[in-house]
Amino acid sequence: MLRLIVQRLLLLIPLLLGLSVLLFAWVRALPGGPATALLGERATPEAVARINTLYGFDQPVHVQYFKYLGRLLQGDFGVSTRTGRPVLDEFLTRFPATIELTIVALIIAIGIGIPLGYIAARRAGSFIDHSSVVVSLIGVTVPVFFLAFILKYVFAVELGWFPSTGRQDPTMIATHPTNFYVLDGLLTGEWDAAWDALVHLILPGIALGTIPLAIVARMTRAAVSEVQNADYVRTARAKGIRASRLRGEHILRNSMLPVLTTIGLQVGLLLSGAVLTETVFAFSGIGSFLAEAVFNADYPVMQGFVLMIAIVYALVNLFVDVSYGLIDPRLRRQQ
Amino acid sequence: MSANELPVTDGAAAEPLRRSIHGDGPGGADHAGEGVWGRAWRTLRKNPVAIAGFVIVAVFVLVALFAPLLAPYGPNELPGRALVRPTMIPGPSAEYPLGLDRYGGDVLSKLIWGARASLLVGVLSTLFGLAGGMALGLLAGWFGKWVDFGAMRLVDLMLSVPSLLLAVSIAAIAGQSSMSVIVAIGVVQIPIFARLLRGSMLAQRGQDYVLAASALGLSRRSVTMSHVLPNSVGPVIVQATLTLATAVIEAAALSFLGLGGGEPSTAEWGRMLTAAQQELAVAPRLAILPGICIAVTALGFTLVGESLREALDPRNRTRR
Repeated sequence: MLRLIVQRLLLLIPLLLGLSVLLFAWVRALPGGPATALLGERATPEAVARINTLYGFDQPVHVQYFKYLGRLLQGDFGVSTRTGRPVLDEFLTRFPATIELTIVALIIAIGIGIPLGYIAARRAGSFIDHSSVVVSLIGVTVPVFFLAFILKYVFAVELGWFPSTGRQDPTMIATHPTNFYVLDGLLTGEWDAAWDALVHLILPGIALGTIPLAIVARMTRAAVSEVQNADYVRTARAKGIRASRLRGEHILRNSMLPVLTTIGLQVGLLLSGAVLTETVFAFSGIGSFLAEAVFNADYPVMQGFVLMIAIVYALVNLFVDVSYGLIDPRLRRQQ
Repeated sequence: MSANELPVTDGAAAEPLRRSIHGDGPGGADHAGEGVWGRAWRTLRKNPVAIAGFVIVAVFVLVALFAPLLAPYGPNELPGRALVRPTMIPGPSAEYPLGLDRYGGDVLSKLIWGARASLLVGVLSTLFGLAGGMALGLLAGWFGKWVDFGAMRLVDLMLSVPSLLLAVSIAAIAGQSSMSVIVAIGVVQIPIFARLLRGSMLAQRGQDYVLAASALGLSRRSVTMSHVLPNSVGPVIVQATLTLATAVIEAAALSFLGLGGGEPSTAEWGRMLTAAQQELAVAPRLAILPGICIAVTALGFTLVGESLREALDPRNRTRR
């Protein structure tokens, strides 16, 4: 197991190096060059020249790249041109918000998707089976930002059940030691703050969770339909095994492998899909910050955030691969 | 991986054999000698889901093509400019069946012109992705060895960034225009097509008919081009149909984020949604109508793609 983890971590190195080359080239390819990108289009030639010397843009490209890489390794991702704060700080303050949102979305996706897919497969042709098809079609065809709109309009604007924007009521005075607002409220005993933060997560969580919900339901349905007709399931049934054990150990557990892969991929997509959902709900996570960065041509933020999201994405997939061993003992032995 | 589910199309000769193995008859008239596409077409014609998909796609394409005839107003016209007040946006009326928007544009006309913009971006970006992906996949599948290794690492690299993020980054360099949206969405699709084509070419390579063709003295080029490639494109075409749906959605997402360029009043579904954000409480129809257009169009392409996938899947063939 440890060997697998180390192996996979080592494989990450060339990937990240490649990505750093691409991101480096990307900023160099910006119209007007990196200095104009930093200063804006109306920069005077003197200012451009000054920035070029200051950041070393006048040096040979390979020298620049290694300097950039050196800074990255020291955790220096540059400074946001809009807020003037280091990109890494901006990322770390906002990342907890996106993690909270992703967790809520995943709970919705897994909590509804797996049971829905399971029942749909076990009762093929039933009402639940048909509704699972409808749900998965909605998931692939309705744009997430439109879904977010509808939820916001119906449940926040018209019915007023949920707040329409933000992470917490702006009038609420709460302490934030970790920046995970729900957790903060629980840690400090400010129950009203925790509850308020949770309520703010519901609508964006549903919006963000719908696409993975559809995909998870569909994968579960496909996997369970295949497994439930397998020979060993028939044998187990013939042996007179208890129905609950048959369902849990023979069918569900064996069909979870492809579902788990899907979930892993979805986590990465959630982190990027949050760009749209967070924008609609003015939820200050990494996604909405990134969208603002795009709007304001804040290239250091875009460059740094893409790299960090790619790292998170890779780590999540690594975690999923490793957890295969926990579900499937055959893989554990092979490793 | 759908590459493994490839229809094994070693000609019609194997078909009677397969039927006898599976133990069921052809189910109707004998269509011996018919290609895999002909058979798929016959299955599709009987599938109501596929027909629904085709109808949606046909309506969408026709509306897009005949937009100048169908739309009461031009894409940039703001006929009701004088009627819009800061506090009031006129709703549906005889003259403007779906009402006006914040800028005084006719919503119906903008939706119709928006179909054209979506079709253009969807088709061009998918063609771009298809061309790039097939070129890369073909290179990898043809040369193998280190070319294959290099191409696949490039694909890994592109897949290491979540697709929307990649598209946003590319569109940000290319500048704000609909062309940059097309390029961005197209580039994001390259890895999927490259992997699919390479995978199915590798699966075909070991087939007997390829060995037979090589044994007959055919050059590698003609084996690849006239045997391996045509038999490998099935999953790629299915994917392209499904990709059209995602391309329409992603195009809307990028223009929603403001990367499509142009005025805020541009007749584009994603752009209309951005503008509608401010008016959600006053005129929700401004968000709902373009949203439904995007969803229905994506639904049409998805239904066609999914039915095509089913029709081409050899495992489903004998059951029907």
